[in-house]
Amino acid sequence: MYELVDKELIAPEIWKIKVRAPHIAKAYKPGNFVIVLPHERGERIPLTVFDTDEENIYIVFQEVGKSTRLLGKMNVGDQIQDVMGPTGHEFPSQKFGNVVLVAGGVGAATAVPLGRHLHACGNKITTILGARNKGLVLFEKELESISEKLIITTDDGSYGTKGLVTDALKEVLSAKSTDLVIAIGPARMMKAVSDLTKPTSIKTLVSLNSIMVCGTGMCGACRVGYGETTVLTCIDGPELDGHLVDWDTLLPRLNMYKEEETLSLSLMEKESR
Amino acid sequence: MAFKDRVPMPEQDPRLRITNFDEVALGYTEEQALTEASRCLQCPNPTCVEGCPVGIDIKSFIAFIQQGKFTQGYYKIKEKNNFPAMTGRVCPQETQCEASCVLAKTGKPIAIGRLERFLADHEMYKPQQIETEKKNGIPVACVGTGPASLAAAGDLAKKGYEVHLFEALHLPGGVLSYGIPEFRLPKKIVNHEIMLLSDLGVFIHTDVIVGKTYTIRQLLKDFKAMFLGTGAGAPLLLGVPGENLNGILTANEFLIRVNLMKAYRFPEFDTPIKRGKEVVVVGAGNVAMDAARTARRLGANVTIVYRRSRAEMPARAEEIEHAEEEGIHMKLLTNPIAFRGKDGWVRAAEVISMKLGNPDERGRRRPIPIEGSNHKIPCDQVIVAIGTTPNPILKHSTPDLLVTSHGNIVVDEHYQTNIPGVFAGGDIVTGSATVIEALGAGKKAAIYMDEFIRGA
Repeated sequence: MYELVDKELIAPEIWKIKVRAPHIAKAYKPGNFVIVLPHERGERIPLTVFDTDEENIYIVFQEVGKSTRLLGKMNVGDQIQDVMGPTGHEFPSQKFGNVVLVAGGVGAATAVPLGRHLHACGNKITTILGARNKGLVLFEKELESISEKLIITTDDGSYGTKGLVTDALKEVLSAKSTDLVIAIGPARMMKAVSDLTKPTSIKTLVSLNSIMVCGTGMCGACRVGYGETTVLTCIDGPELDGHLVDWDTLLPRLNMYKEEETLSLSLMEKESR
Repeated sequence: MAFKDRVPMPEQDPRLRITNFDEVALGYTEEQALTEASRCLQCPNPTCVEGCPVGIDIKSFIAFIQQGKFTQGYYKIKEKNNFPAMTGRVCPQETQCEASCVLAKTGKPIAIGRLERFLADHEMYKPQQIETEKKNGIPVACVGTGPASLAAAGDLAKKGYEVHLFEALHLPGGVLSYGIPEFRLPKKIVNHEIMLLSDLGVFIHTDVIVGKTYTIRQLLKDFKAMFLGTGAGAPLLLGVPGENLNGILTANEFLIRVNLMKAYRFPEFDTPIKRGKEVVVVGAGNVAMDAARTARRLGANVTIVYRRSRAEMPARAEEIEHAEEEGIHMKLLTNPIAFRGKDGWVRAAEVISMKLGNPDERGRRRPIPIEGSNHKIPCDQVIVAIGTTPNPILKHSTPDLLVTSHGNIVVDEHYQTNIPGVFAGGDIVTGSATVIEALGAGKKAAIYMDEFIRGA
């Protein structure tokens, strides 16, 4: 059992929680994530580690299904059934040069630790931070502090430039030579970024959010077609080459359990009424 | 001379059992156990024990049953095997102890496995009297909580060591928990035999991925020796077009969802599983049978597709029989070459018929595709059960650990790896094998770990 030490609502339905897990905090490296089982009858879901301190890990998540709703409802002092990790490939400690970090929605939570790591490795970072509206722009300060330039886009124009992250990316790429693009956010956004950079052959990494069960390379739930082969997001990723990812099979895989997720949610809401 | 028949195992009726996940084999009553035990000739030089990978004194435990001394019989088994309720259920006795029973040539060997299970079920919930050596306070680690690690842990605990088991998942047991289905090995039994291990003073740490949460080097600072029993965990795929369509799962994923996460009780449990109508299972080993029979219980019409013939099917005869009784179809000499889908979901397996050619290097006749015999099997779910391979996490985090080109850990005749103090055994060393072979390896490694520590 893992104690929920603190919680903070950072945007509508988006939480940052502090969980006591000293062994995970010590072992964590940027690129890693954790698998969380909220309660005894729960499911195992992968969640982003935003930050760590000596004793605790900070997890950021958006309420989308039953499991994340349940986590959002937990109170300070409550116990989370299981937190496994860290798992996932650590991000290489490498100086690439000019890096463009494209973060969409709650993907910003993953962009912060990666951005900090890339910054510490001597990379020059341009960050494009996109959200649907002003209220959903996350971690602006944190990303600003590691970026030479921060561009904000919103779908409705309520903050920053009106438009999509890909519009901003086009401009950045035409203005400046770029060595690496990293896209973190909704799968459709990461696909759009990969499609955009493919003709330029600028190396483009995406941080996949596949459905997982084990998170240790055993089950293959998170597999994804990758060039001529198939890889596992949990142990070969989560950061993978966006130009090799087979988006046509990945996108439907993300919706595989849509019906069941809807059923679980509606039953949960019925119970709480 | 006429020999009496084996006492048959009482079983749930196939028509009933495909509607539930309760155990298929119901176990002997006392009377049935006494009758079966009475057939044992008590050979002066018993051959049965030679067939047991952990060397259980079979003759003696059966003698105790004959005398009605069930408790003594149980502890006779426990001298060599800490998990008789599990091995009594899942060991392939027909190729081990029962194959070396002197009555095997009559076709009616003593039902050793059923008797082992009988004693375990009869005694395991009573207060246990296991003699252990005085605690020596020396910490040792066992990585993984499947059969190999559990066996090593049990024997090291009995020798007085402070044993710590590390498990990546949230529940211990490895393949016993996530892989073998409830109807063949109830989780209540698994949990109980693991709990008895905890009673010996073994600590179990779940949610720890050795290689990620802690490295082997870090653990070596705290533990005098360690055992790697991480199994053959990573699933193999066919590598054919369409394999990543929705509705296609590895047997590991399918069984983990159903067994470990209890998806068959969704939405009472949160992990979902698709209930296929027409399910194709690829492969013919025990895992394929488990997957097929599980899919059947979830309501599917199930077809097993296997590229060789019946004679080459690697599953236990009993598992194949049970599958057929449950109405599972076998499409043999057939191999998938692609999966076809619509809107992202699998709709058919495209297969090709095979014939058998000359034997390969392992002596099994090689399957050869028959040109032009392509045809489609309509399906809405495919379960790929063609085997597993070692998980790469340990090797990735411990580059100097010596492994074969297949990723299996290399050990010397004392089960020690190239890193002093680090031992290994079970599927991670040998490739996929049986529960009892892994138990045997864990037990042997425990002996050498003890010698290593005392010599060190």
